[in-house]
Amino acid sequence: MATRHARSAARLMMAPAVILLLGWMLVPLTMTLWFSFRKYLPMRGGDLGFVGFENYVRFVKSSAFWPSIQVTLTLVVGVLVITVVLGILLALLLDQPMWGQGVVRILVIAPFFVMPTVSALVWKNIMLDPINGFFGHLWRAFGAQPVDWLSQASMGSIITIVSWEWLPFSTLILLTALQSLDREQLEAAEMDGAGPIARFFYIMVPHLARAITVVILIQTIFLLSIFAEIFVTTGGAFGTKTLTYLIYQRVLESQNVGLGSAGGVYAIILANIVAIFLMRIVGRNLDR
Amino acid sequence: MARATTPRRKAFNTALAWAVGLVIFFPILWIVVLSFKTEGDAIRPPLEVLFDAAWTVESYGVVQERSNYVKHFSNSVIIALGSTVLGLLVAVPAAWSMAFVPSRRTKDILMWMLSTKMLPAVGVLYPIYLIFIKLGLLDTRTGLVIVLMLINLPIIVWMLYTYFREIPGEILEAARMDGAGLREEILYVLTPMAVPGIASTLLLNVILAWNEAFWTLNLTAANAGPLTAFIASYSSPEGLFYAKLSAASTMAIAPILILGWFSQRQLVRGLTFGAVK
Repeated sequence: MATRHARSAARLMMAPAVILLLGWMLVPLTMTLWFSFRKYLPMRGGDLGFVGFENYVRFVKSSAFWPSIQVTLTLVVGVLVITVVLGILLALLLDQPMWGQGVVRILVIAPFFVMPTVSALVWKNIMLDPINGFFGHLWRAFGAQPVDWLSQASMGSIITIVSWEWLPFSTLILLTALQSLDREQLEAAEMDGAGPIARFFYIMVPHLARAITVVILIQTIFLLSIFAEIFVTTGGAFGTKTLTYLIYQRVLESQNVGLGSAGGVYAIILANIVAIFLMRIVGRNLDR
Repeated sequence: MARATTPRRKAFNTALAWAVGLVIFFPILWIVVLSFKTEGDAIRPPLEVLFDAAWTVESYGVVQERSNYVKHFSNSVIIALGSTVLGLLVAVPAAWSMAFVPSRRTKDILMWMLSTKMLPAVGVLYPIYLIFIKLGLLDTRTGLVIVLMLINLPIIVWMLYTYFREIPGEILEAARMDGAGLREEILYVLTPMAVPGIASTLLLNVILAWNEAFWTLNLTAANAGPLTAFIASYSSPEGLFYAKLSAASTMAIAPILILGWFSQRQLVRGLTFGAVK
């Protein structure tokens, strides 16, 4: 019963949100694109004119570029593998009958609500510090030499911190998906003689497939722009400079805006490739 | 037919799940413990910390004196609440019209809004920085309220949309037949049904804004910094600081941890854009 009157009212109600987001997207994006084609050094002469694709070429050719891509991929893939595998196991465990389920659930999801700067600082100092940190004490208690995790196993440490932050998210989503599984289907399979392993791979995994995909895609988008964890722990040292961090350093630390903007365009392209897949899944859901 | 579980199996599940839960929760538990110790005690071996060292609240006082917790806390509250409420004011009408007066383009608009969320912040860092300097918004709460409102707007619209869509359209027709005008319809029929969805959206987005740590770190200094920035000021150690760091961390996460526990369900729906419920 949508009349023409209702339609124009609807358009009017949507306008503020659409206009704001359009501005938020187009204005900075246009500026980034513009800067990326210029030699722009705010502290050393300002805007020094058009340079074509020079920034794009220089960004890729710089010795920091490929390592940063490698670090980014290691971080994203490492965290994804850990959070998805442990997330499935944890979701299966939390789905079992037990005493105090609600409390355990709260314990498990708590890290998600810890702000990134806090989790990074707490892990850096209170957990991983070789002298006074918890693991340092633990290592000494067993007579072992404490390890300076953040410099000697820097990537592993950061992957651990970030996984700790994101495991609750994957667990919660997989648990939600698991709980929507039809119990009778499982029982039927059991009566037909399917063992626990067969039930897991032939019933649960296919049922969870969509949730797993969603977890992977959403986490990838957030993980590609991990910032605070690196800013606070290593500051990009010890081979932990991600693409995001490299761009941040180019733009704000060395104030080479043209070069940083070209890097920003690369980051946007990378994120969009992931986004296309996510949007497809979410979009399919809308037609339901 | 509920599946029978033997008590032994249940006891095993319980023990295992609690063990895993405590391991995951341990860092949080540990900073709470350390925050109630003196600096000298906080760096002793864990067992001594637990059983040997006296409990004290002095670190909490020191943190307030050293880095003015109250000011940063109020910045966090203003920024998180301000950006979310502002976002809701813009998003409620939009989500409303998309849910109840859908057109052919509704889906495209929703997908496009989602795509703006995918824009990596670092890609537009300098433009925003420049605009902030030009408009005098750098290190102001107003500036952060605006930016966080914009980055969370797609999630707010999406969450509201999925909630509003669950309100059955038939109920509106019934109200119309009973002679309700548009005003009565919105006031007496739709609003009561929409309030829970709006509340959940508010809750989740306050949490997201509270923990946001890219823009809050890069666009603030001493003045408008919320708790994320307050904590980052502890990243350069100065002598013994474990107890202070723990007290500061506890104070930064406690409010949102409590809110977070109420929002488990909304978290799933909000962060998966309705793809998993």
